[in-house]
This record gives sequence, structure tokens and C-alpha cells, in this order.
Amino acid sequence: MIDRIGKEFEFQQTALSLRQHRQEILATNIANADTPNYKARDIDFAASLRGALDERMRLPDTALTLTSARHIPAQAHSAGPAEELYRVPSQPSIDGNTVDMDVERVQFADNTARYQADLTLIDRRIKSLQAAMQQ
Amino acid sequence: MSSTSIFQIAGSALTAQSQRMNVSASNIANANSAVGPDGQPYKARQVVFQMTPQGPSEAVGGVKVTGVVESAAPPRLQYDPGNPLANADGYVTLPNVDVVAETVNMISASRSYQANVEVINTAKALMAKTLTLGQ
Repeated sequence: MIDRIGKEFEFQQTALSLRQHRQEILATNIANADTPNYKARDIDFAASLRGALDERMRLPDTALTLTSARHIPAQAHSAGPAEELYRVPSQPSIDGNTVDMDVERVQFADNTARYQADLTLIDRRIKSLQAAMQQ
Repeated sequence: MSSTSIFQIAGSALTAQSQRMNVSASNIANANSAVGPDGQPYKARQVVFQMTPQGPSEAVGGVKVTGVVESAAPPRLQYDPGNPLANADGYVTLPNVDVVAETVNMISASRSYQANVEVINTAKALMAKTLTLGQ
């Protein structure tokens, strides 16, 4: 019974923890706005959520075809659920830093709003489950 | 990985930026110190920032000051034959502090500091909201 209630929240929980992870990455970008050679990073939220929810969506590991006994087998691990990408700078700076404070602040505020929206949805879900239990 | 890591990330940036402000303040205060404790004119100093990855993801991390380096810029020479520190030609060797650049540095550091305080406030609000989930 409890595990079924847990299942109810699986999607929301995954989304919330991904938002949290993105918040950390954006905080790192803002913290390193003056660090020489630091490259700003971010994740593609939609793709990461899809990857995290459905293991079947992930690409299988890429392997080399072995046509001779002397070939060395090799495998390329496909990207995990949250792939941290590098931001393309609009105004590169001379010290090699690619943090654009405006972009980071906007994304941070956007991520905060969406995190709060997720919280509200989870809250409503809990409330409706509680209401159903009290019937 | 928990939401406390945002506090660590932004907190490390606060420490680093305030150290940068300290160094800048020291440079501005000593812009005319013709003689230091070692008998030589004061030398301008700069902090060196470096990103420090923390946790399982290398995209997440704070910033730390790896060192304080002395500027290699040539010292300023001022013609003042009446000064007891003047050399045979009547020139006094003054520190290589660029006061305008230091002022700009100070403004930049304080803006970065403010941005990180904002990050901490947002993270704190989100955490408080998460804690009241389902109540």
C-alpha cells in the first residue's frame, strides 16, 4: 500500500530533484562568475527528466564491432540522466570565463519559480490523497 | 547531494569575494606607501580564483582563493627632490597600484558578493518552503 503511495510521487520527486540539481549548477555558475577559464554549464531539463524517468529511453552502450581476434573491445557509455552541457557564450571574455551574469540570473529565477510550482503541485497531491483517505 | 550544497557553493563565493575586496582595500590604502616593513615600496596584490568541484558531479562546485600574487607592474616614479626617500636624481619610488583599476575591482567584487547573497536568500526560501510540504 505504502509503495503505491510512493509510486504516486515518483514523477514529482524526480522532477524536484532535477530542479534542485539544476539550481546547484546555476549557483555554481554565479559563484564562479569571476573565476578565470571557468566554463558556464547547464542541463537540458526536458531531456534529463525523460532520461531519469525512463531507463528504456536511454541509448544502449555503443560498442565496436570486432572482426578479428586481435581487436580490442571498447564500449562508450551513453550519457546519464543529467548531462551537464556547456553554455555557448554570447560575449566571450578575455580571461576564458563564459559566465554571462544576466543569463544565469534569469535562469536562476526561472528555475526557482518552477521549483516552487513543483512544490505547489506536490502539496496539492498530498492534500488530495489525504482527503481520499479520510473518506 | 542535498540543498545544503547551494549554501556551500554561494558561501565559498562570499568568502572569496570578500577576500578580493580586502586585497583591493589594502591596495587602495597603500597606493602612496613609499616604504613598507621590508624597506621597499608596497606592491599591488591580486587574488587568484579557482573552481573547486564538490560532490559526485564535477559541474557543481564552489570557488576558492588559491593564492595572492604580487603585481609585476613597474613602480611609479615621482619627482620630489625634497623627500628623504628620493634617489640621486630626485625621484621617489611609489607603489605600482593602479587606483582606478582597484576601484573598478572593488565594485565588481561587491556586485558579485550581492549576487551570491541573493542566491543564498533564494535557496533559503526554497528550503523553508520544501520543509512545510504537506502541512
